[in-house]
Amino acid sequence: MPCSEKIVQWMHDYLDGDIQKEEEQQLRSHIQQCEACREHFYALKKTVAFVENVSHFTPSDDFIKKVMYNLPREKRRVRWKRWLTHHPFLTAASLFLLLSTSSLWAVWQEDNEFSFSKQEHLIVQNHTVIVPEGKIVEGDIVVRNGDIKIEGEVHGNVTVINGHKYLASAGEVTGQIEEVNEVFDWIWYNVKRVGYNIAKTLTK
Amino acid sequence: MDTFIKQRIKAVKKGDQSAFADIVEMYKDKIYQLCYRMLGNRHEAEDAAQEAFIRAYVNIHTYDPTMKFSSWLYRIATNLSIDRMRKKKPNVYLDAEVSGTDGLTMYSQLADEGASPEDALESLELQQMVQEAILKLPEKYRTVIVLKYIDELSLQEISDILNLPIGTVKTRIHRGREALRKHLGHL
Ligand SMILES: [Zn+2]
Repeated sequence: MPCSEKIVQWMHDYLDGDIQKEEEQQLRSHIQQCEACREHFYALKKTVAFVENVSHFTPSDDFIKKVMYNLPREKRRVRWKRWLTHHPFLTAASLFLLLSTSSLWAVWQEDNEFSFSKQEHLIVQNHTVIVPEGKIVEGDIVVRNGDIKIEGEVHGNVTVINGHKYLASAGEVTGQIEEVNEVFDWIWYNVKRVGYNIAKTLTK
Repeated sequence: MDTFIKQRIKAVKKGDQSAFADIVEMYKDKIYQLCYRMLGNRHEAEDAAQEAFIRAYVNIHTYDPTMKFSSWLYRIATNLSIDRMRKKKPNVYLDAEVSGTDGLTMYSQLADEGASPEDALESLELQQMVQEAILKLPEKYRTVIVLKYIDELSLQEISDILNLPIGTVKTRIHRGREALRKHLGHL
């Protein structure tokens, strides 16, 4: 057993690198004379050396992948923004094409009229397009500045620009269903549309 | 490095998920090490470390940039490890660790480094004794000891992470060190 609490306190202060010069000298001279304290100090230093040298392990190789996979889904808008910055040439080309063929921004800002693709079976109530239960709509539907409620089936794509989609439990859409509510979505929608048309023209 | 991390955090805050991968890459080893020494089991440590990063991502908007980012991460991982320690039945980990494959992996690692099997076994036993001694520490001592010796953090950093006065951190380190000495000092 070491002879005093004070000496033990100094030992720990020393190990923390947090000791006054004077106290360190007193500690040294005491340890030289007192075997009990010397042993205690030696045991502490050895303990620290053991703990400091315990081997390090590394996590699994796919650690990052697993973390990233389990993150909540990011906002769509950010994903596009990243796509746009990572594909500067494609973006520039598409935007040039779009801006030279139509005044996209003006269209986005001024086009507040409720409109929708004329397809068979569609019912309209207060700016909401309804696909009635039990009915099948053959073809794509685009709704602008209004909502769509799908209780029946749509054999095609559904796009809602500046509005919301409601899919009833019995409702079904065979193609893609998409809401376009922000300028970015709007640009994206048009980039895809232009790209699709170009591809179609080329393959003809 | 600090500017890089700051810039990545900004991107994550704006919602750029891919920027978070760089943050994980930077800190994964440290956070895993902390969880492993706190929990004493590689599988659980992997799980806890992943959860720590996911929590950090979800709560990134609560991160206060005046605090060191690593300290904030350590705080999340420490709290999570303590939660898990409390839920765990005592001493189950010891059996799991001894009979698990971890020991074998470490054994072959040591053997690869050219040590003789006897030496390897000896240090393997020693490694295990050190880990067991750490696991025997009550959680408040274990936490400070792990932060100080496994991750080589300063007293100030530990005090920031645990939100405790430096004096308290020191006292806990002293008590923890004395407790470890009882198990390891005579070897
Ligand atoms: Zn003495």
